[in-house]
Amino acid sequence: MSSEKNFGLSEEQTKAVKNLILRMADDELIIGHRNSEWTGLGPILEEDIAFSSMAQDKLGHAQALYNILHTMGEPDADTIAFTRNEKNFYCCHLVEYPIGDYDFSIMRHFLFDTAEAVRFDMLTRSSFQPLANLAKKMRGELKYHTMHANIWINQLGKGTDESHIRMQKALDECFPLALGIFEPSDYENVLSESGIFDGEKLLQSVWMDITAEVMEKSNLKLPDLDSVTPSYGGRKGFHTEHLQPLLDEMTEVYATDPTAEW
Amino acid sequence: MYGGGYIFDESASTELDDAKKLEAFEARIEAGEKIEPSDWMPAEYRKQLIRMIEQHAHSEIIGALPEGTWITRAPGFKRKLALMAKVQDEVGHAQLLYSAAETLGKSREDMINDLISGKSKYSNVFNYPAETWADTAVIAWLIDAGAIINQVANSKGSYGPYCRALERICTEESFHLKYGHDSVVFLATGTPVQRAMVQDALTRWWKPIMHFFGPSDKISVHNTIMMKWKLKMASNDDMRQKFLDMYVPKIWDLGLNIPDPELRKDEATGKWHYTEPDWEEFKRVINGDGPCNRERLAVRKMAEEKGEWVRRALMKQDERYITPLA
Amino acid sequence: MKENSTIKSLDPRITRADIPKDGQLSIDIKPLDQWQTYEVFHQEKKGDHHSHVGSLHAPNPEMAFLMAKEQYARRGRCVNIWVVKTSDIFTTNFEDEDMYTTNDDKMYREAGGYKVMDRINKYKKEHKKKEAVK
Repeated sequence: MSSEKNFGLSEEQTKAVKNLILRMADDELIIGHRNSEWTGLGPILEEDIAFSSMAQDKLGHAQALYNILHTMGEPDADTIAFTRNEKNFYCCHLVEYPIGDYDFSIMRHFLFDTAEAVRFDMLTRSSFQPLANLAKKMRGELKYHTMHANIWINQLGKGTDESHIRMQKALDECFPLALGIFEPSDYENVLSESGIFDGEKLLQSVWMDITAEVMEKSNLKLPDLDSVTPSYGGRKGFHTEHLQPLLDEMTEVYATDPTAEW
Repeated sequence: MYGGGYIFDESASTELDDAKKLEAFEARIEAGEKIEPSDWMPAEYRKQLIRMIEQHAHSEIIGALPEGTWITRAPGFKRKLALMAKVQDEVGHAQLLYSAAETLGKSREDMINDLISGKSKYSNVFNYPAETWADTAVIAWLIDAGAIINQVANSKGSYGPYCRALERICTEESFHLKYGHDSVVFLATGTPVQRAMVQDALTRWWKPIMHFFGPSDKISVHNTIMMKWKLKMASNDDMRQKFLDMYVPKIWDLGLNIPDPELRKDEATGKWHYTEPDWEEFKRVINGDGPCNRERLAVRKMAEEKGEWVRRALMKQDERYITPLA
Repeated sequence: MKENSTIKSLDPRITRADIPKDGQLSIDIKPLDQWQTYEVFHQEKKGDHHSHVGSLHAPNPEMAFLMAKEQYARRGRCVNIWVVKTSDIFTTNFEDEDMYTTNDDKMYREAGGYKVMDRINKYKKEHKKKEAVK
């Protein structure tokens, strides 16, 4: 049954694609949930609205990615998203942390969305058509997200002494976590050889270039890559203490009656 | 989302205004013209409008909190996305309404200060808790239904910026109403657990819903001048009747029980009979003594304080503030 | 200790925010805290005029755009947005509305001010008569 629609992929390639999509979708789901927490509590009404829209987009991306898995024989999006426990989640640690203050949330938003935008741009050229199609469709949304992130990082980085110090601290805190986005999977070779995805290593290097440039323009100092330990483990199902409570909260209503349609 | 029961000033006095200008002003309103920010207007008109639009704006931003209670727990993608979009719209409505109030000369900063200190009011209903997921469904359906009745009436009022904001708001509220109805229908036609959940929520929310349109015409201050100036477009009881007429049959269709043994329509008069809501409780809650008043204001204060460094970082001291144009 | 002194809410987000239970309910939001106001104009489709859709608060034009995009274009059609600082817009007052009132009298500016068919028809009629006499 699982190969009822295999898009011409070998068994190994199917596993690799599913793993890639799950990693991406779990990231989107969890950061979408985290960022949704700002709705109604943002720093000013106008930004509250903008940030909520982007959190909605993230959840929309997660749903679209789970839907691709569904066409490959996996359960529907809601079941995948709302019935697994943490060891079956493959998100990176960056997205798991609580929202903190706006400095942390906006820095995470920048670091995550920059990587997301580069990843989807790479995927517009994927040999796996469903991902390539989705990537093309999302281009406009991601353009706004990264524009939003760049302007905020720039203005807060160069704002007051207070905002500068806060943003530098947030960068120092987020940077090792963000490197966890690029934790290599067991399928790097399969993915790149079959033209599905050019790999986490390339993604990270493009991301580093963009991030370094934006931080420099914003008077912020990027930590030295050699001095930090990337926060790995998420892609293999090992998570921070924050994920399971978040999953419990997220599924609280859903779990009261698993047979129900909500 | 806002109902009726605006807390108008009781001393509507026009003595100090220029009699001729006042006559021309009232003739324009009578003729159905809109008043714009730079037009002459009686001081009392300005004062009452600011108070009214400000209360409405506060109601939107505070209204984001009861439903926001379930934002991290909404079951499934469809509900989660819709609830986020709905709460986001309430924040958007606050934005539009604060801007409309600003055109009359009160800054957003002053309005926020007055909200948190308790000096200005907001709709009573948001001082009640959303105890379960079903509460958000009932709020989205029935509170928003009530709000539409009130807002559609007021969008035909006399002040241009307020009317324009309300038109946009009503369009968005119609999504809320559909979403709310859809959510309630899924619960009411769902499993026994879901059905019990939505019945409980309706039972809890019936009182605030009946309070929503404000005190009975029998006891509320007569607002003849407010009606004449087209600030208030329908009486509290008329709006309540309209609401009952439109929604009670829909609630009964779902086999849900409304906790009022007196509730029935008199076919001869076309009017609904109901147990008179407890207006003393309404006053108590408006004045700060409801189940959630303190929490709501404390949360708004926290949000403002948490955002303060962000706003300050981007602030330019050499700029000056100009009220929005229209 | 902490559990007793902070608000325990039905909303887990609020519980996590550690808001003191006995905090003073007042705040001093200073002038300009909410920045300046901008007016927003949008274009629904290419070829249309931009039209005014409302205003918002922002500290500078880039931010004003970011905010306008979601507050005024998150639904429905929009292909382009202009944001203009309110203080940069020059307007007339409605009390000067009379400056515009004589527009309708100036028929020499209107296509409808030029009606020649009566004259042509009269000419044709008379011309025919003359022909007939000959």
